[in-house]
Amino acid sequence: MQSIDTVPQVSLEDVLRVAELAQLELTPEEQVGMLRDLNSILGHVAQLNELDTKDVAAMAQVTEVLGQAREQEGRGSALREDVPRASLDRKQVMAAAPETDGVYFKVPKVIER
Amino acid sequence: MTAQNSTAAAPRTIHNARHAIASGEIKAVALAESYYATIAAGDANIHAWLALSRERALQQAARIDQMVASGAPLPLLAGAPIGIKDVLTMQGAPATAGSKILEGYLPPYDATAVARLEAAGAVLLGKLNCDEFAMGSSNENSAYGPVHNPRALDRVPGGSSGGSAAAVAANMAVATLGTDTGGSIRQPASFCGVVGLLPTYGRVSRYGLIAFASSLDRVGPFTHTVEDAAILLGVLAGHDAMDATTSLEPVPDYAAALAQPVKGLRIGIPEEYFAEGLDAEVRAAIEKAADALRAAGCTLHKVSLPHTRYAIPTYYVLATAEASANLARFDGVRYGLRAADATSLSSMYRKTRDAGFGKEVKRRILLGTYVLSAGYYDAYYRKAQQVRTLLTRDFLHAYTQVDALLTPTAPTPAFKLGEKTDDPLSMYLADIYTVTANLAGICGISVPCGNSKEGLPIGAQILGKHFDEATVLRIARAVEQAQ
Repeated sequence: MQSIDTVPQVSLEDVLRVAELAQLELTPEEQVGMLRDLNSILGHVAQLNELDTKDVAAMAQVTEVLGQAREQEGRGSALREDVPRASLDRKQVMAAAPETDGVYFKVPKVIER
Repeated sequence: MTAQNSTAAAPRTIHNARHAIASGEIKAVALAESYYATIAAGDANIHAWLALSRERALQQAARIDQMVASGAPLPLLAGAPIGIKDVLTMQGAPATAGSKILEGYLPPYDATAVARLEAAGAVLLGKLNCDEFAMGSSNENSAYGPVHNPRALDRVPGGSSGGSAAAVAANMAVATLGTDTGGSIRQPASFCGVVGLLPTYGRVSRYGLIAFASSLDRVGPFTHTVEDAAILLGVLAGHDAMDATTSLEPVPDYAAALAQPVKGLRIGIPEEYFAEGLDAEVRAAIEKAADALRAAGCTLHKVSLPHTRYAIPTYYVLATAEASANLARFDGVRYGLRAADATSLSSMYRKTRDAGFGKEVKRRILLGTYVLSAGYYDAYYRKAQQVRTLLTRDFLHAYTQVDALLTPTAPTPAFKLGEKTDDPLSMYLADIYTVTANLAGICGISVPCGNSKEGLPIGAQILGKHFDEATVLRIARAVEQAQ
């Protein structure tokens, strides 16, 4: 395994920045735990640097690899026809929300004046 | 096998439940009630169930009894009591995904997999405990408390579909649905001594699945027998207009395929799956399964999947990156929890997510956000996507030489509750033999192949080509028959 100091060490500032991006609040205790865990896991992830992937295509989805053949034979994935159809019942959907007026979802004030 | 009275004590299968109902031996309603009685008597020690959907289940059962009374032909799953992992939506029961952030959420629609089971005559008993958002390998990350392994109560049932595996193992359901993003069906099946099937990516609809990592998530069954897994896959598989990732690939008759002998099939043994870290008793049990396949006429071949050691780091970059995006939807606006004391929109988001998400979920969201963030995207996310290509090519190359692969499902039998909770990395390594199939999109199964000296179940994993579940099921059946 590649040594951990060849990868950027995560700092406490990094943890706080990422928590802000992810809309998570962390207690000071959680911050320390997450810092330790992220460094441990990313140290393990650093093994990937052993591999030369310069000419390897990135794979986001399995369907890319299954190739065009299946698509052409009509055995690939398929989008549904673009026609109107019934959607979920608004009343039922709204009933699951913490706060609504029956038409809109209500949230705390967004802009302070 | 010449079964005499022994079948009376054997757990109910889909086939014999249907037969008992069709012959008038038992009413579907009475069968459902008997399963609810088993749950009431036994689940306090196991904690597999999060919610029971008794009203809807008894309606489904009554419908089957009416069919019997009127002489109508019975559907394939008639009266079979089945449980649903609580990451799939089912009307009439809360959907929590094992998280406080969805506590009390009543979904307004059925997942396609749930709807297909009901349409085929199943009786849906309720919702099953799991790791929060299916993130975990021991079921200890459920916000509603851990599940205990029915085979040894001080042991974990595996995860994340721990409740689904335990419910079948404890005869609290004939079958259950689980989901598998990195091993979450196969590993708990192995730990609890039941059959767990991972269908090919695109084979089973995920409409109504609360998403964890969309390029990896699958829905599949837990059963007592390989035959039941084949029957359920036949019901679940196929294109769904509500899930654009489902395939148009025709659905074969999986149950009929089981009748074909395995003689002549080429089974690959990947050397990387038998390296350091594999428990000696697990190794011995897999070698016995290999011997049984050889005796049944298969040929065994050493193969290599050279990038295997990179699977866990690749998986934890990609799965957490996708999770960080998927879990952004839990913001206190449309469903579930909202923190009460927020004064602004952004503080409402943060306080809600802080109160609603457990530690492992926060850890994975942070990791996923980190690997996608500016400056690290190429080093981590893109790199992992490239290695995913290499891992997939390993399988495609092996499948030019063999028809399927035989491996252990997990490196050890079920570990003890609390044993790995302080070290996330050691927990992640419990998935070492399972994650690669998710990355590559191939199908697989875990089938019981023996017990440790302590009596803990051991599972053999069979991995197959894309959309070749029929071969995987046939081989699993041969392993099952040798037990």
